Amino acid sequence: MTELRGNPVAFRGRGFSPRPIAGVGLVVFVVLIVGTELGTRSGWISALTLPRPSAVFATFVDLWKSGLLWVHLVPSLRRILIGGSIGIGIGVSLGVAIGLFGVVRAGMVPLVAALFPIPKIALLPLFVVWFGIDETSKYALIAFGTFTPTVVATFGAVDNVDRGLIRMGQSFGLSWWSIVSKIVLPGAFPGILSGLRVSISIGIILLVAAEMIGAEFGIGSYILEAGALYDLERLFTGVTLLSILGLIVSWVIGGIERRFLDWRG
Amino acid sequence: MDLLIESVGHSYGPVEVLRDVSLDIPHGQIVCLVGPSGCGKSTLLRFLGGLEVPGSGRVLTVGEPPADSLNPLTYVFQHFALLPWRTVEGNVRLVLEDHRLGARETEEIVADVLARTRLSEFRKALPKQLSGGMKQRVAIARALAVRPAVMLLDEPLSALDSQTRELLLDDLVALWTRQPFTAVYVTHNLSEAVRLGHRIVVMSRRPGRVRAIVDVDQPLTERTLGDPVLEAHQKELWDLMRDEAMAADRELIGD
Repeated sequence: MTELRGNPVAFRGRGFSPRPIAGVGLVVFVVLIVGTELGTRSGWISALTLPRPSAVFATFVDLWKSGLLWVHLVPSLRRILIGGSIGIGIGVSLGVAIGLFGVVRAGMVPLVAALFPIPKIALLPLFVVWFGIDETSKYALIAFGTFTPTVVATFGAVDNVDRGLIRMGQSFGLSWWSIVSKIVLPGAFPGILSGLRVSISIGIILLVAAEMIGAEFGIGSYILEAGALYDLERLFTGVTLLSILGLIVSWVIGGIERRFLDWRG
Repeated sequence: MDLLIESVGHSYGPVEVLRDVSLDIPHGQIVCLVGPSGCGKSTLLRFLGGLEVPGSGRVLTVGEPPADSLNPLTYVFQHFALLPWRTVEGNVRLVLEDHRLGARETEEIVADVLARTRLSEFRKALPKQLSGGMKQRVAIARALAVRPAVMLLDEPLSALDSQTRELLLDDLVALWTRQPFTAVYVTHNLSEAVRLGHRIVVMSRRPGRVRAIVDVDQPLTERTLGDPVLEAHQKELWDLMRDEAMAADRELIGD
């Protein structure tokens, strides 16, 4: 056996590279829910502070069985879908135009910067006057709310497209439209998608706000009604629905990224 | 088709990068542009391909390009400029799609250029899966696909390690030998210049002027690594450039 000479060099390259670990997200949810359940059952958490998760679940099952779930969910989904599509559609188009044309950029960037910080909820009464109390004003609010973050994300993404690739397209004599559709848009797609995560979440927040003011059905009105009656089980059922909606959106966008952006190194 | 540069000068704002450069690029030859960094050789190449317009002087094409040429002046870029979301094949197809060639002819061209650059088995690979040398071979395949009259190569091997560089030099020589093409090859690497150039144009530091033109008569295929004649040429070039390079190195970058 040879004698060990010297000391091993200490490893100090640890950390700063988070890796995905499966199941941890789920564990966090389970721990929080089980903890709340135990706390409420033992009386450590008062029934006025938080409802029992099991009671919330029972309320959810009731809502499902009575068919009221769809009565509230379907109008909400329709509003977010229509309003969101309008806002995101216009946002992406304007964002690309800002990214490509100097005049549009000079004219629109200050306007977007001025519109961005306005809390869109504050404009709801105005929208009701402009578009009426029915669906149109809700679509408009959601569209407006998703529009600004989409524009900002899109033109940022277009700006970040490698100019070398555009030069390449020009040097091969590609048409303007080919350069935009085959180089600029695919190159901006990752940035636009991550912008969508933000815009859609903002859309969900505005959906609830809009439904709290003038809607008979919808998750927002369901939550408002529960809150007025201090019915915590129903309030939390509504809130949970929104969380699930957020999770689904995040999951869908994650799926799109995995499917279409696997070219990223 | 020949290219002619007539007393071209150019400034970026207050910085004069080129002054009174005249040069002709004869058909079927590889002309290498060498010079210290910032001497305007890449700028000159952008003028040749129409990506920028010189402040003064003219860049002319003499004679017609071959009728089947889809893009007479075609670049190969230092950083490859491949679309990362397209496969090897897709990157080659990109430059053919606007020409409405029909599915069969397109397929023939793609198969031909991939075979010539020995990439046939990597058709479906994405750029992120390829090494630097392979990426540049894709870019060369893409350039060949449009049947250029003149290839404009902007430091095509500078982003590669030296072994890969040797291999690609051999590839370029083989491509030229099989089918001679006209090329302007910008590089700061003198050994590349003496291996590939029929004519080597030495430029001075900023503002760039033509300092000397060195003709290398040896046929491309007979030039090998460590060849004494080439070594002598390389030394001659380095003697011409040494002081300029030192002075250029000490300059503050204007922009």
